[in-house]
Amino acid sequence: MSNHQSTRTTVLDPTAEQRPAKRERTARPESLAGLTVGLLDISKPRGDVFLDRVEERLTALGAKVARYAKPTFTKPAPVDLRHEIAIQCDAVIEALAD
Amino acid sequence: MVRMLEGTTRSADEVVALIPPNLVECTVEKVAVNAVMAGCRPEYLPVVLTAVEAICSDEFNMHGVLATTMSVGPVLVVNGPIAASIGMNSGINVLGHGNRANATIGRAVQLVIRNIGGGAPGGIDRATLGHVGKQGFCFAEDEDASPWNSLSEERGFDRTQSTVTAFCGEGPSLVIDQLSRSPESLTRSLAASLRTTISPRVVTGMDAMLVISPEHMARYRDAGWDRTRFLAELDEHLMFDTDEIIVGADGIEDGLPPGLAGHRLPKFRPGGLLVVHAGGSAGLFSAIIGGWLNGPAGSDPVTREITP
Repeated sequence: MSNHQSTRTTVLDPTAEQRPAKRERTARPESLAGLTVGLLDISKPRGDVFLDRVEERLTALGAKVARYAKPTFTKPAPVDLRHEIAIQCDAVIEALAD
Repeated sequence: MVRMLEGTTRSADEVVALIPPNLVECTVEKVAVNAVMAGCRPEYLPVVLTAVEAICSDEFNMHGVLATTMSVGPVLVVNGPIAASIGMNSGINVLGHGNRANATIGRAVQLVIRNIGGGAPGGIDRATLGHVGKQGFCFAEDEDASPWNSLSEERGFDRTQSTVTAFCGEGPSLVIDQLSRSPESLTRSLAASLRTTISPRVVTGMDAMLVISPEHMARYRDAGWDRTRFLAELDEHLMFDTDEIIVGADGIEDGLPPGLAGHRLPKFRPGGLLVVHAGGSAGLFSAIIGGWLNGPAGSDPVTREITP
């Protein structure tokens, strides 16, 4: 082992070598009065029961409510739906239910 | 890594698939790194690459398979000449441990999802319980000793082609029948277990895989039943009167919605039961691997040809 041969070791990364972009959180509104809150039903059974009640509470607080639904809970929300919510709403609540 | 990449003719920088959930472009080289970590030999790499392509298809819906709270993951069945040439196990302890190819191919595929796609448990993987097969679940069909056409042939390929079939499944559940000597009896017996797959109250919406062992298969070989006859007879015993499994029936609050009362429905949609022949030569057992939501709103089985 006295023979010091130089060896090069290459370390390979098994990951995608990506780092998530950091973004500032959207400022939380002080009041929901007059704001539009989107309610996204992911289309699981009884999600609508939960969201109906949330809608009642939000409406009582003076918020406007817009309802949306994913075509199926088994797949991500289509990009068009996400865009629609983003441009029409000030906040969004997503319901997972069973 | 150099030796691993020699396992395929594909170039290292070729993009294999977009890996969910982050939809990251994944190259042959990245798959190879994960295959090395899993313990694969270079000759397994084409199977791993094809399996990655299969599970990343729209039909398989890997994002949904990952994100569901149900205990499911990719179950990979290898058919064709490559299974024997790389030393895969289709015999004794086929769904268990002890074979390097079976153990590491499935593991490599899971590492790709986790390391490259970002699908980590507790992150996008929301499984309440999961199952041990999510470490990796891959096996070969015993084609040579089967009197039936293979799973791959049933799905449109021929015996000279090597394929991998990806099925979204839970852990295997044993079916014991040590007394049936006629195909009629064994079929009723298998059907009785299949009726409870996932839940006795789930019908048509979820698929399953049935792994028939050699000694059970002998009942059908001896009687001259082919796959078509078996499935036709089985279907007769897999029909449900919906009144018996509707919400509230037998004091159970789970079940079909009341609007489905008064119907007869099959346990599985047409083609929704995948049948594979595998296992040790002694033992009167078979196994059921329950599935997940099927069709466009869930996951469909995907079979792809393995190329060098």
